[in-house]
Amino acid sequence: MAKSHKPVVWFPFAAGGTVIAFFIPVIVLLTFLAALGHVPPGLSYERMHAFAGSGLGKLIIFGVVALSLWSSAHRLRCTCFDFGLRADTLAATVLYIAAIAGSLLSAVYLLQI
Amino acid sequence: MSNSPPRSQPPLAAPPGGAAASLGRPGGSSERLVQLEVLRYNPDTDTEARFQRYEVVCQEEWVVLDALNKIKADIDPTLNYRWSCHMAVCGSCGMMINGEPKLSCHAFLREYEGVIRVEPLAHFPVERDLVTAPDDFMEKLKRVKPYVIPKEKKPISEGEYKQTPAQLMKFRQYSMCINCMLCYAACPQYGLTPTFIGPAALTLAHRYNLDSRDGGRKERQEIVATHEGVWECTFVGACSEVCPAHVDPASALQQMKITSSIDWIVEHLIPGGKSARDTVSREDAGDIS
Repeated sequence: MAKSHKPVVWFPFAAGGTVIAFFIPVIVLLTFLAALGHVPPGLSYERMHAFAGSGLGKLIIFGVVALSLWSSAHRLRCTCFDFGLRADTLAATVLYIAAIAGSLLSAVYLLQI
Repeated sequence: MSNSPPRSQPPLAAPPGGAAASLGRPGGSSERLVQLEVLRYNPDTDTEARFQRYEVVCQEEWVVLDALNKIKADIDPTLNYRWSCHMAVCGSCGMMINGEPKLSCHAFLREYEGVIRVEPLAHFPVERDLVTAPDDFMEKLKRVKPYVIPKEKKPISEGEYKQTPAQLMKFRQYSMCINCMLCYAACPQYGLTPTFIGPAALTLAHRYNLDSRDGGRKERQEIVATHEGVWECTFVGACSEVCPAHVDPASALQQMKITSSIDWIVEHLIPGGKSARDTVSREDAGDIS
C-alpha cells in the first residue's frame, strides 16, 4: 500500500484550525464591537488601514484568511463524507476551489490597499 | 440445541411512558422490574434478526450484564453473548445499549429508564444474538505490529531494556486499551469504509512508536501513513467518547497525522530527505517474529 499524499491538504487544514481557534473568535468579537460603534482603543480605522497597508500586515491578514478558508473547506469536505455523501472528489474540488478563489480575492484586495 | 424461539415472556403491558416500575424494598437495596429488548439472531434458523422483549427483576445497582445473566439463568438459556471478567478489564462484553457502544458490565441500570435496547456491536458481522465476529479487527491489529521492535537487539546476558518513569508516561495512556472494539462500533468512518485500520489498532501502533525501547516506527508507517491508516480518520472523536479505558484514540491519531505529515515533508520537499521505506534496514524488518 502506498503512503498517502493527504498531508498536502491536511497540514494547511491543521494550521487553519489553529488559526480559527485562536484568532477568529477575537476577530468576530472586535468586528461586532466596531459595527456597534464601540471601537476598542488602538484599533481605529486609520491604524488598522495602516496595518493592512504594510507588507507584514498584508502577509498576516492573508495567512489568517487563506488558512481559515482552507481549513473550513477541508472540514466541510470531511463533514460531507461523514454524512455519507460519497462524491468525495466532487466535494473536494468544489470546496477547495472556493477556498482558493477566496484566498486569491483577499490577496487581490490586500494588494490594492 | 432446540432453536425454537423461547416464549416464556408474554407481551408486556408497559406502564405509561414506558418507565419501568420500581419496587422499593425498605431497608435494603431496591429491586426494579427491568425491560430489555434484545436483538436475537440464530444463523441456523433465522433469515433476519428480530427483537425479543424480556422482563426481569433486577437489583437497582446492577449492570446490564447482570440483567442478561439473570435472563439466561432464569428465563431463556438460548440467549448468546460474550462476557468474562465483569469488571471492565477483559473487553469481551461490548454491545450497543440504547444505540451506544458500551461494556455491558459497565452500563448501570440506574442510568436507564424504560425499555433498554440491547444489540450486538455495530459495524461487525453478527454471529449469533449479541455475539459478533472480531476477525477484521484482529487482522488489522496484526498489521500494525503492536509489539516492541527493539532498536538494537542485544543478548539476554546484557540485561533488560531499561526505561525511566518519564519515558513510560509518554505512552502509558495508549497502552491501556482492552481491545473491546467499542471505538470501532462508534467510528462512523469505520462504518462507511471498512478497510480503515481504525482507532484501537492505530492507537496501539502509536503506543509502540512512543516507546523508548522501540525502533519500529518506520515499519509501522507503511500501514499508518497510508490512506487507509490515519488519513481515513476525520477526527469525529466518537472513539474517545466511548472508550471505557480513557485511552483517547482520537488524540493518538491526531498526533500520528502530525508526525506522518512531517515525514511527508522530509520525504518530498527536503532534498536528500530519506523516505521511511529507505531507512528500514533489511535486518530490522526481518528478525522480529
